[in-house]
Amino acid sequence: MSARTADWFPSPARPRSGKRRGGQEKPAKWGSPAVYFIALVFISVCIAPVLYIVLGGFRTNSQITTSPAGLPHPWVFSNYANVLKSNTFWGEFANSAVVALASTFGIVILGLMVSFVLARYDFKLKGAMYSLFAAGLMFPLVIAITPLYIVIKDLGLVDNLAGVIIPEIAFGLPTTVIILVPFLRAIPKEIEEAATIDGASRLGFFFRMVMPLSLPGVVTVGILAFIGSWNNYVLPLYILNTQANFTLPLGVQAFSSQYSQDTAKVLAFTSLAMLPALVFFSIFQKRIVGGLTGAVKG
Amino acid sequence: MSDTLGTDTAADRQSQGTAGAGDAAASASPAPAVRRRSGRGRMRLEIAVLSGPPIIVFVAFVIFPVVLAAYYGFYKWQGYGAATDWVGLNNYRLILTDPAFQQVLWHSLMILVLSLVIQGPLAIILAILLNQRIRGRAIIRVLIFVPYVISEVIVGTGWSLMLQSTGAANDLLKHIGLGSLQKDWIADPKLAIWTLMAIISWKYIGFAVILMLAGLQSIPDELFEAAQIDGASYWQMQRRITLPLLGPTIRIWAFLSIIGSLQLFDLVYIIWGQYVSGTAGTSTMAIYMVAQGRSAGNYGYGSAVAVVMFLITLIVALIYQRFVLRRDLRGAITEGVS
Repeated sequence: MSARTADWFPSPARPRSGKRRGGQEKPAKWGSPAVYFIALVFISVCIAPVLYIVLGGFRTNSQITTSPAGLPHPWVFSNYANVLKSNTFWGEFANSAVVALASTFGIVILGLMVSFVLARYDFKLKGAMYSLFAAGLMFPLVIAITPLYIVIKDLGLVDNLAGVIIPEIAFGLPTTVIILVPFLRAIPKEIEEAATIDGASRLGFFFRMVMPLSLPGVVTVGILAFIGSWNNYVLPLYILNTQANFTLPLGVQAFSSQYSQDTAKVLAFTSLAMLPALVFFSIFQKRIVGGLTGAVKG
Repeated sequence: MSDTLGTDTAADRQSQGTAGAGDAAASASPAPAVRRRSGRGRMRLEIAVLSGPPIIVFVAFVIFPVVLAAYYGFYKWQGYGAATDWVGLNNYRLILTDPAFQQVLWHSLMILVLSLVIQGPLAIILAILLNQRIRGRAIIRVLIFVPYVISEVIVGTGWSLMLQSTGAANDLLKHIGLGSLQKDWIADPKLAIWTLMAIISWKYIGFAVILMLAGLQSIPDELFEAAQIDGASYWQMQRRITLPLLGPTIRIWAFLSIIGSLQLFDLVYIIWGQYVSGTAGTSTMAIYMVAQGRSAGNYGYGSAVAVVMFLITLIVALIYQRFVLRRDLRGAITEGVS
């Protein structure tokens, strides 16, 4: 029963929204103050460092030196304004966006293709193929990074965004396959039969039925791929070496060592660098959090 | 295998033509046996077309580099030109006797154990407390997930600014009257690993709590109602119902945490850098590998370290899967789909 593998991933069978139990969901009520207190403490611990980074960008260096833990007084906007005016930031932002979008696209398309084969076809090498991808979970990027660099160098892709994107896709495939296979398998056989009777080829079935029906899984995979590649550090660190090609994580590091004396500036740069992932996450958080929380009951 | 594929492809081009011409042609085909065979050929073509590109990309950029690392591990190779200086298992002999490696191995294992011990119980308790249908539950869940979403680079940069000796953490301690507790959190070799553990716990506990919450949702309310009727106390219910039924989630989380700990790189590299981490006592196996390979130019030795790291991960994962996850996964990774 391989669907169990994906217990901690969204389950294909159920819609994944806040109210997944439909009308049966009991209305939320106010809990005991103790629960709120603990939740508040926990959330403060989670959020305080993030707030420190964001607020720090609104202070001056002298404010930070005299009172590192204080609030901005007065609020200074020039740090953020300067970062937003700098070509470095936007260049790195654009590189990150290209890498993340292209990687996500590649991971979703290639992942769907191979997951479809693993879920809906019967052939001798199927088990071996699944194991190949599942074993990929044991090959983290860090272990393969040196030889991977050599492969990329031989392909002439060093200091090229493609040299980051392609390995990113390859390393994204195992998780994608593990998540998507149960989704694709959950599509009822009858739909496939009906499609065949209506004259659809299997590939037609793939594009017209499978893609839309597995959309929730695809979205989850896409979000994980996007955040993963937006945040990836090791691969760009090895592959990219001119500032014009840096992605934001590399940019943050370069910026923070270049302006190591100018803490406020570093904090402003850092906040703006984390903003896109946070915005992306808050738009799709229902998919991630709801996906994870809705997962186990399948 | 390439033979069969070749012939199939030829057969398929034909059958594709038929299919393209429409159903009428296919159903008019006289011999059912032939039709079935070309159907199977067509199926093989589809399998090849759909799974070919992903497999090629995966093998070329994941499997092949790992194999290449194993190959370079047998050479004393400086990273340029062809690897010619075969040293057999010498790199591995060096690793096993290298006190520096023993130290990073110790750090990695310590991070592994401490991650489990610190995050596990805390996440379970928090999840049990937060698993109530209270107002604002959705927003609570989102907020505790924030550290997990932020990249390691940003987490590292932010925390190292806060924790440096003149940073916000020490200032805060002074303000609340605990000035005597001020420390050099990052540079003090006795403290550094605990600082690292605090940051790791902060970053990853949200993920653990969300997973545990997911697990708790799967426990039917009826069990608790029945236990209540039988007169069970709150703690009895948590111990006899919640914990056992949360077992699969806990075991999956622990598995992910173990794998992650063994390969920890980004955070340490960003906060302590590649050279300081050794003296600060925070080096991990991955840091050592990069320091040996990329920074010192001993690519052969670095590759051997990568192989050792991989073997340790693999052995731990297999043992864990064999003895702990057996009931949950039923060999999903080793046996494949069925």
